[in-house]
Amino acid sequence: MSSITWIIIAGAVLTFLTRIGGHLVLSRFERIHPRVEVALNAVPAAVLTTLVAPAAAEADWRGLIALAFAGLVALRFNALTMFLAGGAVIILLRQFS
Amino acid sequence: MDEQIYQRQSVPADPGRARTQFWEGFAKGLPIMIASAPFGLLFGALAVDNGFTVFQAVLMSAAIFGGASQMVGIELFGHNVPAWLIVFSIFAVNFRHVLYSAAVGRRIGHFKPLQSALSYFLLTDPQYAETEKRAESGKPVTFIWYLGVATPIYVMWVTEAWIGGLFGNLISDPHALGIDMLLPIYFLGLVMGFRKRDNWAAIVIASAVVSIIAYKTIGSPWHVSIGALAGILMAVIVAKPAKERS
Repeated sequence: MSSITWIIIAGAVLTFLTRIGGHLVLSRFERIHPRVEVALNAVPAAVLTTLVAPAAAEADWRGLIALAFAGLVALRFNALTMFLAGGAVIILLRQFS
Repeated sequence: MDEQIYQRQSVPADPGRARTQFWEGFAKGLPIMIASAPFGLLFGALAVDNGFTVFQAVLMSAAIFGGASQMVGIELFGHNVPAWLIVFSIFAVNFRHVLYSAAVGRRIGHFKPLQSALSYFLLTDPQYAETEKRAESGKPVTFIWYLGVATPIYVMWVTEAWIGGLFGNLISDPHALGIDMLLPIYFLGLVMGFRKRDNWAAIVIASAVVSIIAYKTIGSPWHVSIGALAGILMAVIVAKPAKERS
């Protein structure tokens, strides 16, 4: 097999380990401390924000407008509406300005 | 302070509800499928551009099933980087899943062992977000519901690698189409979905500031883990220690 295939297989095994690893560690404890509970409840916002913030810091003004608009749309509408609205804004701005 | 049970026992699944639950999950998976389509196609096209066969592009989407790490993998492959470093980079980009995995165990801990292994394999960012939201809403997080969410996302993700790989670079100018901003916009939507949780704003600000600093100093992909830990630390610091939790 070529090196690409080996890279894919090794990458897949390690990725699976990240996806099951946190659970395997925590499941050794039957009960978890309230502070750990607080930490786990913070995971969605804490992790997902890191996938947005640096991109926002690097974005051009068009990207920032699209992000801000999408953020406002998200206050009232569901995730798909918000994604399509933000996507439409960035495409229009990149095409026409 | 009361300790919490890590793996909650669920009510036994009612077989009559299974079909309904699958389609409830499917309805949550569809928007994710649509939002991830540009990236699935772009991945297939870029992979073939970087010397992958169509089969290898499909294999990578099917076996890794993580967009950002797949992009990093093919990008590095085009730059003559040692194989172990490419594998390590894929691991580093996906390291955030350790946190999802630990947190989601509280929601899906009652799945049977094989169901559980498959569910952790399918644990992408949006899958994790939907599972947390389902648990928050008080509805049962069953295996069949979880599969309902994952099925459209996974099937289309693999199919897109194939289509993208076959038809080559359909997307001639990714910048003009705003591809670089689509992912941040999508993830912003996921972040906003959790805005009712305790201390959300404090967590988001800590995580944003630290991840930007880490991105500019230490570099990608470490900014993800470092920023995430800052957000979690903030949550632990500002939480009221004796707070009643139901």
